[in-house]
Amino acid sequence: MSVLVAEGLRKRFGANEAVAGVSLAVEPGEMLALIGPNGAGKSTCFNMLGGQLRPDEGVVRLGERDVTGMAPRHLAHLGVGRTFQITASFASMTVRENVQTALLAQARQAWRFWRAADAQHVAQAEALLSRVGMASQAARPAGVLAYGDLKRLELALALAGKPVLLLMDEPTAGMAPAERAALMALVRGIAREQGVAVLFTEHDMDVVFGHADRVLVLDRGRLIAQGTPAEVRADPRVRAVYLGTAA
Amino acid sequence: MDLIFLQLLTGLAGASTLFLVAAGLTVIFGVTRVVNFSHGSLYMLGAFIAWSILSRLPREPEYFVLGVLGAALATAVIGALLEVLLLRRIYRAPELLQLLATFGMVLVVQDVALWIWGPVDLSLSRPRWLRGAVEVFGLRFPFYDLVLIVVGPVVLGLLLLLFHRTRWGLLVRAATQDRDMVAALGVDQRVLFTSVFALGAGLAGLGGALALPQGSANLHMDLSVIAEAFVVVVVGGMGSLTGAFLAALLIGVLQAFGIALVPKITLVLVFLVMAAVLVVRPHGLLGKPQAMARGEVEALAPIRPAGPALHVLGLVALVLAILAPFFAGPYLLSVLTEAAVAVLFAASLHVMMGPGGMASFGHAAWFGVGAYAAAFAAKGLGAGMAAGLLLAPFAAGALALLVGAFVVRMSGVYLAMLTLAFAQIAWAVAFQWVEVTGGDNGVLGVWPDAWAADKPTLYWLALLLCVGGALVLRRALFAPFGFALRATRDSALRAEAVGLDAYRLRWVAFGLAGAGAGLSGAVFAYAKGSVFPTYMAIPHSVDALVMVLLGGVQTMAGPIVGAVSFTVLHSWLLMGEFWRIKLGLLIMALVLAFPAGIAGAASAAWERWRGRAP
Repeated sequence: MSVLVAEGLRKRFGANEAVAGVSLAVEPGEMLALIGPNGAGKSTCFNMLGGQLRPDEGVVRLGERDVTGMAPRHLAHLGVGRTFQITASFASMTVRENVQTALLAQARQAWRFWRAADAQHVAQAEALLSRVGMASQAARPAGVLAYGDLKRLELALALAGKPVLLLMDEPTAGMAPAERAALMALVRGIAREQGVAVLFTEHDMDVVFGHADRVLVLDRGRLIAQGTPAEVRADPRVRAVYLGTAA
Repeated sequence: MDLIFLQLLTGLAGASTLFLVAAGLTVIFGVTRVVNFSHGSLYMLGAFIAWSILSRLPREPEYFVLGVLGAALATAVIGALLEVLLLRRIYRAPELLQLLATFGMVLVVQDVALWIWGPVDLSLSRPRWLRGAVEVFGLRFPFYDLVLIVVGPVVLGLLLLLFHRTRWGLLVRAATQDRDMVAALGVDQRVLFTSVFALGAGLAGLGGALALPQGSANLHMDLSVIAEAFVVVVVGGMGSLTGAFLAALLIGVLQAFGIALVPKITLVLVFLVMAAVLVVRPHGLLGKPQAMARGEVEALAPIRPAGPALHVLGLVALVLAILAPFFAGPYLLSVLTEAAVAVLFAASLHVMMGPGGMASFGHAAWFGVGAYAAAFAAKGLGAGMAAGLLLAPFAAGALALLVGAFVVRMSGVYLAMLTLAFAQIAWAVAFQWVEVTGGDNGVLGVWPDAWAADKPTLYWLALLLCVGGALVLRRALFAPFGFALRATRDSALRAEAVGLDAYRLRWVAFGLAGAGAGLSGAVFAYAKGSVFPTYMAIPHSVDALVMVLLGGVQTMAGPIVGAVSFTVLHSWLLMGEFWRIKLGLLIMALVLAFPAGIAGAASAAWERWRGRAP
């Protein structure tokens, strides 16, 4: 059964219909890429799936549950992990405190006023940091991390909720090529081992074709193609959209 | 019907001077991004200068016009001087410190005005032509009010022409949009900023001069007008002139009708209208979301739990504090009692301001509510001290939750201004509702129970409740709640994505801060035996801010260090005449010298020293 199903999503901003009827499904353990040229509606789509935007029409289901328009914090408790195009972490805390905070939030322990927080969930936090290769930087302030390390910290934060679904908006934007491959290999490993479904948008075609199991192509708010990387690469409509040549 | 029409005209007349002040404030904010707390002081100076000029001139209309314009011009020059001497140095400082520095200016101007013009209210003996009345639809209406009604739209028109038809206006509008880009295009920002500030100051001066014939020049007009002007600017939308005009009309008319119909709750009415507008339009009537200046959001260093050295230091201080009654005289003991109260007052503000990221300019409201709750328990209910001390934090906390439910949706200067406006309203209620609060005379005879009546016992009680309370708050900040709160401050987006409820965390922090301040207010009430409206006044709110900033917002020991050093400063250095000017200069010096606060600077020095050691 699919982890996430979206049916007939639509979103209009004024006269511009950013997303005009998109349906998709993500399977457990699958790496699904959502690609398309600028302005195709990728981010709008993503924000509707992640709860940042409420769709005008359409349904989003997580498992059997209708989660259309549900707030991000509720989605987080249902197992949706999220990373952002522009990284967002807790800059005034250390790397480990970041993860501890996420673990506390996921365990619904934020409303505790007495016992010191930095002694809680320590082992779990360190395990997560090892998983993303950040164990050696656990004591550093998140505010001073290099960009690639921030991306990995974000991944650890997203994993803190034991997600069934990871939504990653441009996971490798701003990283060096070698770092990109390493990060995507890491995500792929997590998807395989834990059966986590991963939906990501990406500009870098090497990342898309090297790491996605399946690719969805969006143009002007509609899905124009989908399939394996090889199928999509060969699709004349996709070539037309990306290269501007007539199909 | 006639009465309604007359009230409407009175309201419109009041709206004009309010608009002039708010227009200056909003123009200055638009370009420099500084919320100029001292704008009310410029208004006050305008009135005093106008008095000095007009009382020496012949009493003909043309001389009146000349005198008013002269006062506006003089205020503009003073504004330009202030900009060059102080504001220019703090444009890149954090918003809060800017607000605080301009409040330092308020204090300095108050004492300078006191020194030049004396403590007596100065009113103008109005010439005959000014006292005349005009028949409007068969009703006699003061001529001068009509003049004022015309001045508002005329000035608005002139300003719009200035901003849309001149090159200077074009640059100002461009800088309002994106000042970094304007600088990149090679425009001399310094001249632009100084001239904008002079224009804004001139408008405030004009407002003050025009308000003079209807009232008097006095030393209280600065703070009373600034709270109203903040409301107008927020309701109108920061940076929008036309918005400020509409909001001034709205508030002016509302006040005129309020005073005629329900004088006691006029200010409450104003606050409710402001709340209603902001719920529907969070950026005010004609405001747009604030364009952030680039490169100013800097990451804060992580807060570290106190190390062993600090623990020992804290423990020694605590032991000394507990033993104080055995070696301190009665005067020192009462200073220490006040210091204990200040510790909780500052620590409670720090909860929302530091980890919560919400700076309040009206924290004294909760202190005052707590103090009045204690007074009410003692005088109204005839209950003992325990009941008062219990009632106070609940009353203040509950009211803070009520106000906070709406205030915490805002952020930055909007939040600061709203808390200030609310505190001003709370103060006005305490001041005007004489039957319950005794008005200016306050509530006397709020004495502690017999067992705590002697000074040492009362001091120990204050120490237990206030320092204990501050330590409890501190503990909560290191507990999961504090982590979650800081997380929402650092990145609300990320906090929500990991499952935190950012709104509710901020709301509870606001309520907690209110409850803490309420308890400190109640302790203070029993220590002094009386409660006055000044407990809620703006300067007291600023005291709390100074304490927190003195200690450093981003250090957990900050509020304690800040509160104690501020109380000591206040007791020894700042007594006697002209204490305001000393405090004002001190605040400005601190802002310029230690933008991170004393404890912040100390901890940075400590880190440096440790870094150098092997």
